[in-house]
Amino acid sequence: MFATYLRRELRRRSRQVVLIALGLALGVGLVITVTAASTGVKNAQAAVLHSLYGVGTDITVTQAPAAGTGGPGGFGFGLNRGTRTRPAPGTKFTSDRLNPGQLAPLADSAVTKIARLNGVAAATGSLTLTDVSISGTIPSFGGSAGASGGSASGGTPGSGGRGFITPNVFGVAGVNLTQGAIGPLSSGKITAGRTFTSADASANVAVVDANYAAQHKLKVGSTVAIGGSTGKSTSFTVIGLVSTASGSGSDVYIPLLRAQQLSGLTGKVNTIYVAAASATEIGGVSKQISTVLPKATVTTASSLAGQVTGSLASAASLANSLGRWLAIAVLVAAFALAVLLTISAVSRRVREFGTLKALGWRSRRVVGQVMGESLLVGLIGGIVGIGLGLVGASLVNAFTQPLTAAVGPTTGSATPGGSRVFGGAGQFGGSPGAGPGSAFRRLASSQTVTVHLTADVTATVIIAAVLLAILGGLIAGGFGSWRAARLRPAAALAKIA
Amino acid sequence: MYELTKVIKDYHRGREVVHALAGVDLDITDGEWLAIQGPTGHGKSTLLQMLGGLDRPTSGSVVLEGKDLAGLRESEITAIRANAIGFIFQTFNLIPTLSAQENVEAALVPLGVSTADRRAMAASALEGVGLGDRLRHLPSQLSGGQQQRVAIARALVKEPMVLLADEPTGNLDEETRDDLMALLEDLWRELRLTMVIVTHDSAVARRAQRIAVMRAGKLAIKQDTRPAPAA
Repeated sequence: MFATYLRRELRRRSRQVVLIALGLALGVGLVITVTAASTGVKNAQAAVLHSLYGVGTDITVTQAPAAGTGGPGGFGFGLNRGTRTRPAPGTKFTSDRLNPGQLAPLADSAVTKIARLNGVAAATGSLTLTDVSISGTIPSFGGSAGASGGSASGGTPGSGGRGFITPNVFGVAGVNLTQGAIGPLSSGKITAGRTFTSADASANVAVVDANYAAQHKLKVGSTVAIGGSTGKSTSFTVIGLVSTASGSGSDVYIPLLRAQQLSGLTGKVNTIYVAAASATEIGGVSKQISTVLPKATVTTASSLAGQVTGSLASAASLANSLGRWLAIAVLVAAFALAVLLTISAVSRRVREFGTLKALGWRSRRVVGQVMGESLLVGLIGGIVGIGLGLVGASLVNAFTQPLTAAVGPTTGSATPGGSRVFGGAGQFGGSPGAGPGSAFRRLASSQTVTVHLTADVTATVIIAAVLLAILGGLIAGGFGSWRAARLRPAAALAKIA
Repeated sequence: MYELTKVIKDYHRGREVVHALAGVDLDITDGEWLAIQGPTGHGKSTLLQMLGGLDRPTSGSVVLEGKDLAGLRESEITAIRANAIGFIFQTFNLIPTLSAQENVEAALVPLGVSTADRRAMAASALEGVGLGDRLRHLPSQLSGGQQQRVAIARALVKEPMVLLADEPTGNLDEETRDDLMALLEDLWRELRLTMVIVTHDSAVARRAQRIAVMRAGKLAIKQDTRPAPAA
């Protein structure tokens, strides 16, 4: 009787049922779409952070150089360095230097200190370096040789020499081979060859970023020249290619020991990667690190996320603010519509319910009938809403342009993998020790990553949506039932007097 | 069967108090057929609601088979309505979405009768009122007289002690009215029902054993044709 009565009643007021179900479906569909888009944005953010930061890494520790320091000396073209003697015009020169950029070196012992802190699962150090090589011929002009490479304020390299020098700049990372799970290589995927083994610690072998390799026609077995503190380069054999997110990470990865030897930073690192024992301990570990290394910049994934800008940030803002509120507004409107129409339907059935009560139906049976009808309508709305939500998510996937994200601007900061400002060390012809950011910046002040937003509808979201629709039905049915339960049979049948 | 003592029912209509029943005393014996007449708005239906446990008196007692309906919990009154009292209304009050058979079955739902038994009992009750060939028809597919027959079947399918009818022929033409009243009379005799009918129609009232008149909330017996009790 319950099912028959329910089915017939819903069929009788099919228009109203369709209206309520569509309202709920619209609300549920929007919730699914917005949640899927929001999840997609979060995943995209995670992908960005993943590529910028490294898998497994929760915290990175770096330190800005003290004011007035700029790392090891600039280029003297290898010719009578430190003298004012002008090389003869036509003299060929070449120099290949490996500089720590704007990150101050930290002692290896800092890694050990951090690794011993409470809540730290693992810690490893790396050297993030910049290889700057230049070569050319001394022209015949009247300027001083020391200034021939340009100004110290970041002017065009070689502006005084009419382009006679050829610069080549790429990023080099010294990787600790004993801690592969975290560190600069952890976010990469080997696409050719192999990665490092512990036997490579002292070897001249390199893993090269796949994009960089493609640009410079490098493959496994090729050699890549990496400079040193003396200006002379060393050949490294490429043993593998690694794919990282666009534009992220270094270009060439070499064993940490070799990076330390070449850069003259023996026993030093300039980026420490830390994995916390659990997500809840990241904050506590950060504080401890700040205590142990008061001058260090401690960066967590969340603080890095706060620096993400670009269309990804806009999409996140859109999904989290406008989308969420729109979904809530539609859902509330749908619930209100369902409640009003259900109460209206109960009001029109006053005599019917009064008759049933006169026949001996208990109030709870009448209430159950109303609740059952509302729940079924809610369920229909939920199922249709899932369909709408899937369509909405598909539309998001189909029409969303690739999103870009950048971390920065962080001039002077030491965000790992973020804004990489090259200066201080190795200014072209400038005086060494001019401080960070004074001479040469790499292409842009912030690092940009392109990601594709995928609005995935998960089973959890679908279950939550169905529950939401059922909740809508329960609320509507609750109000309707409350009205039906309060009905006194005599009042319901009063019209027959 | 029924014993009503000083039953008063007051309604509040804004600040005004309406005395729907102004102290009604009435005894109804087992198997009696009582007709209640009177002008509109003088308390006939209110009295019927008191008898059916659809409303409670402001004061006084309505005793059915030794139980004062005024003092029972709602669930107990509901159970009495489900088991012992059948209702017939002027406007039939059939559930529009249910077939004739399902409408009759609705009266058996609170009694916990199995689906199969419900169907069989409903079909039998409808055959008893001459609608054996209309089981699947919706109320909208039946005439007024047929709808009232369905209502009668619904009221009697559970074999109640009492049948309360409020203007059962008010919406019917004379011929249909006479057919319906003949049916009710047969059923009353056959089932030995106690029957109370509220009606404006003197032709209907005249069929009853007793006629009472309600005026301004007070009840007066106008005619009593009951056989004298055995000595």
